[in-house]
Amino acid sequence: MATPVLDKADAAGQPEPGFADSPYITVTFRIRRFNPEVSAEAVWEDFQLEIDPKERVLDGLHKIKWDIDGTLTFRRSCAHGICGSDAMRINGKNRLACKTLIKDINPEKPITVEPIKGLTVLKDLVVDMEPFFQAYRDVMPFLIAKDTNEPTRERLQSAEDRARFDDTTKCILCAACTSSCPVFWNDGQYFGPAAIVNAHRFIFDSRDDAGEQRLEVLNDRDGVWRCRTTFNCTDACPRGIEVTKAIQEVKRALITRRY
Amino acid sequence: MKIHKYDTVIVGAGGAGMRAAIEATKRSRTAVLTKLYPTRSHTGAAQGGMAAALANVEEDNWEWHTFDTIKGGDYLVDQDAAEILAKEAIDAVLDLEKMGLPFNRTPKGEIDQRRFGGHSRNHGEAPVRRACYAADRTGHMILQTLYQNCVKEGVEFFNEFYVLDQLITEVDGVRKSAGVVAYELATGEIHVFQAKSVIYASGGTGKFFRVTSNAHTLTGDGQAACYRRGLPLEDMEFFQFHPTGIWRMGILLTEGARGEGGILRNKDGERFMEKYAPVMKDLASRDVVSRSIYTEIREGRGCGPEGDHVYLDLTHLPPEQLDAKLPDITEFARTYLGIEPYTDPIPIQPTAHYAMGGIPTNVEGEVLADNTTVVPGLYAAGEVACVSVHGANRLGTNSLLDINVFGRRAGIAAAEYSHTADFVELPENPESFVIEQIERLRDSTGNERVATLRRELQETMDANVMVFRTEQTIKTAVEKIAELRERYKNVSIQDKGKRFNTDLLEAIELGNLLDLAEVMATSALARKESRGGHYREDYPNRDDVNFMRHTMAYREVGDDGTESIRLDYKPVVQTRYQPMERKY
Repeated sequence: MATPVLDKADAAGQPEPGFADSPYITVTFRIRRFNPEVSAEAVWEDFQLEIDPKERVLDGLHKIKWDIDGTLTFRRSCAHGICGSDAMRINGKNRLACKTLIKDINPEKPITVEPIKGLTVLKDLVVDMEPFFQAYRDVMPFLIAKDTNEPTRERLQSAEDRARFDDTTKCILCAACTSSCPVFWNDGQYFGPAAIVNAHRFIFDSRDDAGEQRLEVLNDRDGVWRCRTTFNCTDACPRGIEVTKAIQEVKRALITRRY
Repeated sequence: MKIHKYDTVIVGAGGAGMRAAIEATKRSRTAVLTKLYPTRSHTGAAQGGMAAALANVEEDNWEWHTFDTIKGGDYLVDQDAAEILAKEAIDAVLDLEKMGLPFNRTPKGEIDQRRFGGHSRNHGEAPVRRACYAADRTGHMILQTLYQNCVKEGVEFFNEFYVLDQLITEVDGVRKSAGVVAYELATGEIHVFQAKSVIYASGGTGKFFRVTSNAHTLTGDGQAACYRRGLPLEDMEFFQFHPTGIWRMGILLTEGARGEGGILRNKDGERFMEKYAPVMKDLASRDVVSRSIYTEIREGRGCGPEGDHVYLDLTHLPPEQLDAKLPDITEFARTYLGIEPYTDPIPIQPTAHYAMGGIPTNVEGEVLADNTTVVPGLYAAGEVACVSVHGANRLGTNSLLDINVFGRRAGIAAAEYSHTADFVELPENPESFVIEQIERLRDSTGNERVATLRRELQETMDANVMVFRTEQTIKTAVEKIAELRERYKNVSIQDKGKRFNTDLLEAIELGNLLDLAEVMATSALARKESRGGHYREDYPNRDDVNFMRHTMAYREVGDDGTESIRLDYKPVVQTRYQPMERKY
């Protein structure tokens, strides 16, 4: 077996080309601030900080909170794109702050950070997630199997049947997709992409028997037909889920009643 | 202040909390309190699998699993508990499948299984395929599946409610759980939850290290709340360092990568684990692999300009296999390191990962007030607890198992207890401790910053009580922590508001970390032997005569208000396995 080429990976410890010898650069974070205890108006506030461009936007927010302004408020937990806490609008696009590196978003210009749109802002980058989770709950996001006798062992499922809904099992409920959707911005009644993704995950699971019920929920006037296929959701998904495709598959299932 | 009354209150909504909630909600009026949202919990970051001797792909049985767990834990495991863990593993996995968990499948359509560190056929003969998995997202799927079933069962959640105090009332000479006090993050309001039974499922303490796989929010809140009320903490010196964290960042890269055939290499490209573990090689237990990595680094065979890491090599595995079995960790390497794992090895170093110790419980999840006495109405499960099924070192895939087996047990036991018990009267002014704590932090004009103290704590923990420890390094840590605890009294925060005051939250979390770091270092100093995750260079051998026993640490407050830690010990429960030398 070939010995791995070791010198290539050493580059990971070196500054990226174009960032000179010191890994640190000065960047401006332009953050949308809102604190109803202080003012009814939201304002932009600029912060200058030194940061290694290989660090995350979340690292920048932490530097501000920990060393400059402790009142800056945002949600975060895992810091590597799994928990879904820190979806925000970074340079006008929905992303997870912990999965976005400074070097990937042009640090020459101020980096704008705002709360995700379409949900009520409670403080700084924190929004009210309740309407989002309500839409999720409305699609019955759990397996409904009408086995007359529950099997003693696991239900069998072929690898192909398992692959059919693999993409939509990746959802971390961060709301990046739903809050990037122009239809959702204009009408908060729309279920939004994330709820449809989670309905898809069960409709196309061979073990589930409640596809018809879920399709009826999504056939509603605030359901899938509101989707205008703008692909914002697919672009926004930090897990790489083909959200628009999933919505199209649900629409097709509603017409053909085959899934 | 608001007062709520529930039969059962569960603190934490990760895997253990939600598994408990599914059982408790069916049986009693239950509330789940979490400082996050349920799907934000760190169970979701677990990757590789959940152990159960299903024998779907090769011969296996739960007795072998029991043995591996006990040996993996370097004989500090309570053997009766390990037997329950391994036996109930099979139903725990099948229950999750029936709840909808999308496991990877074999060609026959059964749940697929892969190899994992320390799990062996017939008592150590060779690695066995025991880990049930869903790509490298097993924790994510467990968390989502449990949340989905909580929605189905109508579990009542109080999201972003941070539990700050455990209420205990003495009734006829017996200290009983009366409920908890929580701080509502959105409003700053205090809530008292009076409950017949309380289950802690609030996770680990990993954030007292700097290089850690743990979330920012893993600050030992449950352990600290119980410890402050005089309850013991068990085996806190045992902390697991996962061999493969992303270099400098600590982000977890699953052991499943080695289960799929990945190899650890030093700067010479040598597969160094062959030297340290001739049979299990890269799949030896985590404490063994982490020590081996640091031995390579210390002896000058580390990689990179500073020789401070080694490589996880996946380049010999087909890209299709990486895409199908390890899609997330390969993406982490691309996102955070700019490395393509198809063609380049990934720089890794051991990362602080898991607290083996915690709130002592029996196998029903009941919390112990000393070596034998149960605290009526108080339960704990998951990483916050110490049953002890992990002993001195947890095997990979046994934590996702632990949360399901003991989460379920605690949920049932707590709900059933609530049927037989009355509400315990709340202490006078139950909210007073929490209000005093919050007001002190909010009103403080001291000149210490939370972030500074936390950084100094993490630096001393990384330097002094990580993979290798000595009397001197541990003493350095103990002294530094004492200094930081003193300086913590002068911590002030900038955010004085009521709404979403995460500045205040982080200050409280730091206080918890400091308390627990002190317990950890003090327990480590007294354990003059090496066992599992606790490795003393000045005492490199295991000492079964003096130390095959659990540490029990108690907080004591003197008449003059001075705090100290009293250490006591508890015997290990031994059934059929005699301690042997541990070789992989």
